[in-house]
Amino acid sequence: MLGRAIIQGFIETGRNFVGSYYDPERLTTVQYPEQTLPPDEHARTIPFLVYDGDDPSQGLRCTACTICELECPPQCISIVKDTVKKPDYLGKMQLQPKVFDIDISVCMDCGICAEVCPFDSIKMDQVFALSTGDRQALLLHKEQLAKSNLYFRQIHPGEAAAIDAARAEQKRKAEAKKAAIASAPSGFPSPLP
Amino acid sequence: MTALFPQATPAPFTLDHDLLEVSMGPHHPSTHGVFRMNVTLDGETVVKLTPVFGYLHRNHEKIAEQNSFLAAIPYTDRLDYICSMTNNCAYVLAVEKLASLQVPERAEYIRVIVSELTRLFNHTCLAGFLLQDMGALGTPLMYAFREREHVLDLFESLSGSRMMCNFMRFGGCRCDLPAGWIEQAATVTDRYSLFLDEFEALLTDNEIVRARTEGVGVLPADLAVNAGVTGPMLRASGVNYDIRKVDNYGVYGRFPFRVPLGEHGDTFDRYMIRILEARESLAILRQALREIPDGPVIDPKAKLRNFRPKPGEAYGRIEAPKGELGFFLISDGGPNPYRFRIRPPSLINLTILEDMCRGHTIADVVVILGSVDIVLGEVDR
Amino acid sequence: MQTLQQLKPRIEAAIQGVSLEIIPNGSPANPPSLLVDRPHGRAVAEWLRDDPETRLDYASNVTGVDWPEKTVKEKTRVRKSIQGLDKEVEEIVEKKTPGFLEAVYHLYSMALKHGPLVLRLRTENRSDRAALPSLTPVWRSCELQEREVFDLFGIQFQGHPDLRRILMWDGFADFPMRKDYVPPADDDPGRPNP
Repeated sequence: MLGRAIIQGFIETGRNFVGSYYDPERLTTVQYPEQTLPPDEHARTIPFLVYDGDDPSQGLRCTACTICELECPPQCISIVKDTVKKPDYLGKMQLQPKVFDIDISVCMDCGICAEVCPFDSIKMDQVFALSTGDRQALLLHKEQLAKSNLYFRQIHPGEAAAIDAARAEQKRKAEAKKAAIASAPSGFPSPLP
Repeated sequence: MTALFPQATPAPFTLDHDLLEVSMGPHHPSTHGVFRMNVTLDGETVVKLTPVFGYLHRNHEKIAEQNSFLAAIPYTDRLDYICSMTNNCAYVLAVEKLASLQVPERAEYIRVIVSELTRLFNHTCLAGFLLQDMGALGTPLMYAFREREHVLDLFESLSGSRMMCNFMRFGGCRCDLPAGWIEQAATVTDRYSLFLDEFEALLTDNEIVRARTEGVGVLPADLAVNAGVTGPMLRASGVNYDIRKVDNYGVYGRFPFRVPLGEHGDTFDRYMIRILEARESLAILRQALREIPDGPVIDPKAKLRNFRPKPGEAYGRIEAPKGELGFFLISDGGPNPYRFRIRPPSLINLTILEDMCRGHTIADVVVILGSVDIVLGEVDR
Repeated sequence: MQTLQQLKPRIEAAIQGVSLEIIPNGSPANPPSLLVDRPHGRAVAEWLRDDPETRLDYASNVTGVDWPEKTVKEKTRVRKSIQGLDKEVEEIVEKKTPGFLEAVYHLYSMALKHGPLVLRLRTENRSDRAALPSLTPVWRSCELQEREVFDLFGIQFQGHPDLRRILMWDGFADFPMRKDYVPPADDDPGRPNP
């Protein structure tokens, strides 16, 4: 019969139409912005800098090694090293960045900076409502990029927990080593029996 | 009386016409991107068709020469921007050939799973786009996109991003599968199988689709081979050349899948081949999800930073959903590639667009272009 | 497929006066390439396509490569007369290897399912004698790819049916993929300054 397949097609579209009233698999539209879907744990958009504790200027993990600046594919990160050093979580004195700018109009959200950072200091954020009217406002500075470790734990719980556990382990080992050196006898070798 | 007013013999009725040149210009809802065709028409019949490229040219090849090998991976996402995982696979395969890196088995299975998921949604979305060009106003397209969303959720939990995945690395993958991913992927595969049945019931026997695609845009097999056409378009003309079978790259040798071939080489064959290939991809996916082994996902000897392959050159190619995607790399021992060449399947499949369209009406040009399956990010790079 | 060492004498026997050279590949896992001299490029291509044992009917990829001229410094010992005495002195001599443009073709066979055979054609220099025979009459897939090599490198393909710019706009003057290309000064004036 001519038109049999068209009628069969109408049955299919009818099934989708009627199903969209009661079957969540058929109606998948989320009425944004009144409804939002929670982002996935692994989702990424622009990078941000992590700081421990409460004070971004003291707790910033970044040591201005500029590895992220070198590896960034569109070259959107600009770092200027500071002359003043500050101690990191193990007590060692490290450099810090005076200027850390990311141009998010150029950033391609690839995540390579977060992958190559040896200090777990630059990680991928999940904010996406970033549009402004002023192009200069798309150049984010260190103060705008620095977000606390508590925020990091909120958006990427698995990764943050793993990093915190590793850092706590390293701190424990460093303190155990320091305690062992302090309680050992003064450096003369013991006489042979 | 009639002799006083002689009836002049009427002149024979001719419509004085010239050829009309239409620019199906870069701003067009049916040209799959910023693509322009200068079509010369005799009435409604196409006499000559000249494609004009370059509206999306970003000179990816030069950018890659100025960045390291690692930094070129996010740029390959943006070539065929719908199928970013297969683009990554092709580039990483070429670098692994150049530097003789070994890939662990789990990473190879992840590559197969991710590539076949990409092929699935690419082929169904292409059927959706083809129907939209024919005037179905988006219904099959939106059904295909609804199913694609499930696959994009899988990609987001795996790599962090829905489309620009940046997931493959030299010697394996960037990170391992999260917990529960394989079960979720198995659910998506089962749903897709039911969806394909519905999709076919909607489209394949439809009288309008058949009338508009059968016999339209016939591509003979010898012209297809000589013009370098690859992918489903070549197999629709009857040539049995699937790079997964010919080159046997990765672990594709372990999956016994069939290669569907067309008989007529027209638009309907190209559409039908894609649906059949999607079904074969489902079979490969089911097997891969069952058999994926445990283990590392990246070669422990592979370097992330300061990767300097020895001087030499290599050409690595895969069967991307659109055709043969190849990367030709020349290294001079430094951290940046000396020459980074992308062999784009969409551009080369357009070589014979004029041959296929000549003699058809202008409405058929849209349908033929839709069946070639181009993405302008790949055509212009 | 036969190796290049086996093919070379067969091609030399079939085509009079051809001069072939096998260029080794730096990475040994990948195939070496066959350099063909310019006047016999098309004849060799037709032979490769039609020979029943190779039947390379599919030209997969056409690449342009720019090799600028290189200056190599060498130390040589030269006899010189200084203040009346003959002495051997070490001098640094600069040798220049001339630059050229190259087109690399990757050929496969769909009939016999083998490949690749890498074919190379080189121009004389990078400036005024940058012409190569076009292989489009042999394989139609080279049509758009040779146009791209012409557009981005400047190699003139003789015998190409429609050689004009493909990716850059028609009035563009320079060749962007050459190593000495200088992009225009300020492409993006609105970019925020860090």
